[in-house]
Amino acid sequence: MTEMTYRQALHDTLRSELQRDENVMLMGEEIGIFDGSYKITAGLLKEFGERRVRDTPIEELGFTGAAIGAAMLGLRPVVEIMTINFSLLALDQIVNHAAKIHGMFGGQMSVPMVIRTPGGGGQQLGASHSQNIELYYAFVPGLKVVAPSTPAEAKALLMASIRDDDPVLFLENLALYNTKGEVPDGLEPAVIGKAKVTREGKDLTLIGYSRMALVAQQVADRLAESEGLDIEVIDLRSLRPLDRDTVVESVKKTNAAVVLEDDWLTYGIGAEIAATISDGAFDYLDAPVRRVAMAEVPMPYAKPLETAALPSVDDVINAVHETLDAVGRRR
Amino acid sequence: MAAPAKTTRSASTRTAGKAGSRSPRRPKIDDAERARLTAYYKQMLLIRRFEERAQRAYTEALIGGYCHLNLGEEAAVAGLLGELNPGDYLFTNYREHGYALARGIDPRKVMAELYGRVDGVSKGWGGSMHMFDVTHRMLGGYGIVGGQLPIATGAALALQYQSRPDIVMCTMGDGTVATGAFHESLNLAGLWDLPIVYVIINNGLGMGTDVAHSSAEPDLYKRGAAYRIESARVNGLDPEEAAAGAKRAVEVARGGRPYLLEVMTERLRGHSVVDPAKYRSPEDVAALKLNDPVQTFAAKLKDAGVLDDDAVAEFDREAIAIVDDAAAFAADSPTPETSTLFDYTYATPVPNDSRRYPGEALFPALPVAAGAAGRNA
Ligand SMILES: Cc1ncc(C[n+]2csc(CCOP(=O)(O)OP(=O)(O)O)c2C)c(N)n1
Ligand SMILES: [Mg+2]
Repeated sequence: MTEMTYRQALHDTLRSELQRDENVMLMGEEIGIFDGSYKITAGLLKEFGERRVRDTPIEELGFTGAAIGAAMLGLRPVVEIMTINFSLLALDQIVNHAAKIHGMFGGQMSVPMVIRTPGGGGQQLGASHSQNIELYYAFVPGLKVVAPSTPAEAKALLMASIRDDDPVLFLENLALYNTKGEVPDGLEPAVIGKAKVTREGKDLTLIGYSRMALVAQQVADRLAESEGLDIEVIDLRSLRPLDRDTVVESVKKTNAAVVLEDDWLTYGIGAEIAATISDGAFDYLDAPVRRVAMAEVPMPYAKPLETAALPSVDDVINAVHETLDAVGRRR
Repeated sequence: MAAPAKTTRSASTRTAGKAGSRSPRRPKIDDAERARLTAYYKQMLLIRRFEERAQRAYTEALIGGYCHLNLGEEAAVAGLLGELNPGDYLFTNYREHGYALARGIDPRKVMAELYGRVDGVSKGWGGSMHMFDVTHRMLGGYGIVGGQLPIATGAALALQYQSRPDIVMCTMGDGTVATGAFHESLNLAGLWDLPIVYVIINNGLGMGTDVAHSSAEPDLYKRGAAYRIESARVNGLDPEEAAAGAKRAVEVARGGRPYLLEVMTERLRGHSVVDPAKYRSPEDVAALKLNDPVQTFAAKLKDAGVLDDDAVAEFDREAIAIVDDAAAFAADSPTPETSTLFDYTYATPVPNDSRRYPGEALFPALPVAAGAAGRNA
């Protein structure tokens, strides 16, 4: 076991994957000479050289598409898009090409590439820089979307993503980079497509991913201490494929669920989870499924407004209380 | 940038239009040269007859979707692809049936793809716009205008990374140079010395919009200068001229630099089979007849004593027999089983991948309790 930050876990994994496989190469804006906008790639240019660690011009469409072509010919490019907001400029290459090439050409070639990119909010970056739009990618068959919440998950999922034969969007989070956690020595790559019950409980299920999976843990711990509640927590880890069974099995046991998401509520990932619970555990529910999500506004800059727009621990506790009240009325 | 032989469309048009006129003296042509010229002609004729057959099948509803033909581009296709080695990679747009044929893909498999059958190059998953054959290193067939450019650029990056001797050729239409993908791709290729030939097939039109209305610099090859990429314009109505342009381009790419080649062609019909092209002026349409590359090249070869009328007729019968056979093969090939619907979403199996048909429930229904009122009770 080693304690390290989420950032360090990402850095170390990129480094060990570069050492492990000559075909792994990194591409992105400012990842080399600048050491990475968020310093995930610090020192890697110096160690591996320009061939393996390639600074690109500011052309998300161009270099993301180039990674697709390189992947088709056998490389394993890991692209860094500075933040997920800028991935919109590469949307055509990601959605119309990376996700389609295997199927559209009858399975003749695969696209083993990774797009690493952080979502976020809460950094006072304003509307265009504070979005969580992983949903756009999670919507698309042919893509895989993973969203680690801890340093250990970051490492296990990044190894899995780089070694995967399909295009993977690897969602990071600005607010997680400095968080710390234990990373077991000799950690194996994760299995993409599986959620994880990170805390067992029987009173209610909290479901989240990325930063909100951590918030779910905090809420569960707090309510256990203050009110003796026994809450189960699920970290989705993979948004596509979506592990519906783990969610449904949990709700069959707890009979109540609150879904946490850092994206907007309407049409969001929480809506998909709520629909899944309705399909798979309708007869077990003792209360409507609640969703806690970002306020539906372009994110403001001013701190009090920004804070009000983001889901907080208190917001989640409130939703848990109201859900358990509804359960109490029915039982 | 090479100085172009012809800098305007009308100039190249006039030259090509005269190709059929008699020249007073015939230079001696040896057997190898004769074989090379004949091969161009046969290639062009195959594309012509194949596209006509595809057009017919489309109107008979045997082919679905969009169907864009290479009619008018036969000389360009034959000339360009003749300069590639089998190890090189080709990326094209959606107007690519002829490229697939000239790359050596079996016409039966190309036609079967148009018909959406299992024996199609892409097993019926791609259709007219998405021909792909990994064994012939034709890596698509892309329906999004400009979509192939960044990908082809990345393929060239992989070749450089792996120190391989092969190059990439990436074709596009004149309308495509306006996209951001064009700029971003050429910028990368110029910066990184990538072994790639970008080819603009300038047929003067993107759907109904002519070059004067789509590019602020209508001499499209000149755009190479912005990326320090050597470039030239050639007449694409003659396979030898297209080949000469491609030869230089391929040589530069093999030397480790990108190249931009503009090939002047004509689009003899509408944008796709269903487009009557009413936006073209009568003079424009009349001029097309003089610029039909298959006709003018046949006249040129006859004039040079390479072919006679009998040979032309014989080659035509051969080409028609090949495309008839391809159409018969395609018609006999089975349509894909619906049980294969979920086979190609991912390259490797992944837990929880959805394999649900539209009407199926996500979770099996609970058994109805004995005595409970069911839907039909
Ligand atoms: C991104 C995108 N925008 C629009 C279209 C619709 N479209 C298909 S072909 C075409 C014209 C392209 O012209 P050009 O590049 O000259 O190629 P040509 O058809 O002449 O071969 C357009 C606008 C598309 N397929 N993709
Ligand atoms: Mg055109």
